[in-house]
Amino acid sequence: MIIKNLTVRFGAFTAVDDVTLEIPSGAIVGLVGESGSGKSTLARAVAGLVPYTGAVEGCDQRRVQMVFQDPQASLDPRMTVGASVAEGLRLPRAARQAEVERLLSLVSLPAALAGRYPRELSGGQRQRVAIARALCARPEVLVADEITSALDVSVQGAVLNLVRSLREELGFSMLFISHNLAVVRYVSDVVAVMHRGRLVEMGPTEDVVGTPKDGYTRSLIDAVPRLGRS
Amino acid sequence: MRHPLRTSAGLAGAVLVALMVILAIIGPPIWGATAERIDSAAILQGASAAHPLGTDNLGRDILARVLVAGRLSLTLALLATLIGAGAGTVLGALPSVLPRRLGRLVTGTVNALVAFPGLLLSMFIAVVTGLGARGAVLGIGAAIAPGFARLTQTLAASVAKADYVAAARMLRVPRRRVMTRHILPNIAEPLILNLTQALGGALLALAGMSFLGLGVQPPSFDWGRLLFDGFSRIYATPAVALGPAVAVALAGIGFNLLGDALANAASRKPTPARKARLRAAPDTTGLGEPAPEAVLEVRDLTVAFPGGVTPVRGLSLTIAPGEIIGLVGESGSGKSLTASAIGGLVPYPGEVSAGRLRLCGADVRELPEAERRKLLGTSLAMVFQDPMASLNPALKVGGQLAEVATVHQGASRAEARGRALDRLGHVHIPEPARRARQHPHELSGGMRQRVVIAMGLMGSPRLIIADEPTTALDVTVQRQILRLLREVTDETGAATLFISHDIAVVGELCDRVVVMYAGRVVEELPVEELASGAAHPYTRALVASLPDMETDRSRPLASIPGRQPSPAELAEADGTAGGCAFAARCELATARCAQRPPLVDHGKAHRVACWEA
Repeated sequence: MIIKNLTVRFGAFTAVDDVTLEIPSGAIVGLVGESGSGKSTLARAVAGLVPYTGAVEGCDQRRVQMVFQDPQASLDPRMTVGASVAEGLRLPRAARQAEVERLLSLVSLPAALAGRYPRELSGGQRQRVAIARALCARPEVLVADEITSALDVSVQGAVLNLVRSLREELGFSMLFISHNLAVVRYVSDVVAVMHRGRLVEMGPTEDVVGTPKDGYTRSLIDAVPRLGRS
Repeated sequence: MRHPLRTSAGLAGAVLVALMVILAIIGPPIWGATAERIDSAAILQGASAAHPLGTDNLGRDILARVLVAGRLSLTLALLATLIGAGAGTVLGALPSVLPRRLGRLVTGTVNALVAFPGLLLSMFIAVVTGLGARGAVLGIGAAIAPGFARLTQTLAASVAKADYVAAARMLRVPRRRVMTRHILPNIAEPLILNLTQALGGALLALAGMSFLGLGVQPPSFDWGRLLFDGFSRIYATPAVALGPAVAVALAGIGFNLLGDALANAASRKPTPARKARLRAAPDTTGLGEPAPEAVLEVRDLTVAFPGGVTPVRGLSLTIAPGEIIGLVGESGSGKSLTASAIGGLVPYPGEVSAGRLRLCGADVRELPEAERRKLLGTSLAMVFQDPMASLNPALKVGGQLAEVATVHQGASRAEARGRALDRLGHVHIPEPARRARQHPHELSGGMRQRVVIAMGLMGSPRLIIADEPTTALDVTVQRQILRLLREVTDETGAATLFISHDIAVVGELCDRVVVMYAGRVVEELPVEELASGAAHPYTRALVASLPDMETDRSRPLASIPGRQPSPAELAEADGTAGGCAFAARCELATARCAQRPPLVDHGKAHRVACWEA
């Protein structure tokens, strides 16, 4: 997927300013930036949820799916897990249940969970359900917007591992958005840095993290908290 | 959800509505014949023993007629409400399904109708569709519809912003289906509640229409019609008009009270905030001498809620001057309640008990109320995740800071203002004089958090409690606030309790780290040992599961299977075994872990609660 000169304006405010970004097939592109940098707006534009100018090429936009930050808000509280996961399926009723079971097993959830409601699940399990729902459309590009920041630290690792193994298994490309540079570094092949609506730096993860060229990227790297640094 | 019948108003409403329904069912079969019996000997009588409410111009008993008219009045009101609510909900839902322009047209029409007087609308429609019950019902229904349409639109618009609707859109779920599967089920509750209240309104409006002669026509009769018939005689024999009037009023009040009670119960208002009682733990022996230098010394702190839910269990903590202790744990581990208990902020009905709770050398619980307030007001500074929780949005920043000095320290206004500016400058706020004149909403999140810290510095804080103060901030701002906390602690010699879910942040800032799991301290260790010297398997797993800038990207991250048991689940487990709460997720767990391991010394300044450590 190639994002070309993408701009999103809300009235006089330019949230995303002329961003050009390539997401190579099968790669995970990490997008970091502070709140208000426009990274979530870019994600929503790519997913077709906000109007934009510019172009998104090389991928059918119907094959873009998104996973949101807070799984509690992104799952309908009045729908069972099975119904949520099956939402995008266009299958006869008989085939549907088998497909739901397959999707749940992809995200390492037992099939028995299909009859439960989101409130009966833990935060980590809910986020897995949201991922399974996105996978039901067999996406070419998966947009993950801060998918671990509403989760507890002890389950964050498991969700990150899941995202990486799913990419290996299913071969989709991914736009992985987070404010946490350490998380982005761990997951991504390519890192892009956004600041005030603009893309300020982009490159292979090791280059951006190891030898940042932009001053803002450097200050982000410096600010990452490290255990026992004093 | 609080039970709607707990309040006296709710109970009264429910009883009235129940009576009306019973009346509607049993009224006509019992009194129907009496109500229709014409008695030429008893025309236009006033109240008497035989006819408590008198008789009408054909000598029929008015009490019987009132009792019988209940069924028609309630049925018509119900019909009108259902028509109005049905039409309104459809009108309100249409804009979300129709093409955009057509949708705007519907929205505009609804807005115009909402502005149009309801009674006028219903009278107009009643006259156009022909006098009689049908016209009145249609008219009232039409008057109710715009309100329902507006309510549906507003509710639907808020649900339409939800992430699950965005997800459905991306999955190309048709708009009609989004409406029926996601939006309508999630707005049904408030709509149904509104129905009860609308029913009361419709009842009154129908009575009004009949009273004006626009509603039910003879020989049928409802309460409004009876009122109309009796009204001309109200000065001679008031009882004939009072009967139907009271019936209408009682029914209207009943539906409105019940509707209000249901709506209140559904809005899930929190119970009014009251402070929890502070109790000493029964057994205070064996605690040893109080630590003399410690700013804060807590022994066996327990916070319990009714039903055996105990989110904090036997926590002990000591903080020395100039020391920053990091209290780390997942959500639900009890770390924030610990802070609340120390600050005396545990919400009712929580109960705090402790073997010892000493702040600045005095046990907080033994002080008289006035002294305790003064001690907490001047020596304790609290910083929360959301700075707006500590700032009044309507007041200027400088004034809020100065207030601390005038209230707690008796400073004059000029002194207080000078001190406020000095403190703002102290937390590195550029141009403090200009910022002091601004309102909190004009400042960025990081600035606001600085202001809250400056507010804590207006007194001479001995203890600073910071509960997730940087969680809502960007990393670069987080760094600055962490530095500021360190600086302030060094300078004032205060003790700081820093609470966070992020073990990396704790590791960067603190001197000592206390790890909480399921309400208990599982490990307490110097920060230098956090990265590689942690002894408890939970602490080790937390450190390992956190990616940092050096993590090996080719290997999967460590993760902990399962999840932390909630305080309520622990309460159940207490009845049976009450072993190590982490055992179910622990790869080192053995049979011994069915017994709870005590927190014991593990090398210098290091304590751990694990049999296998």
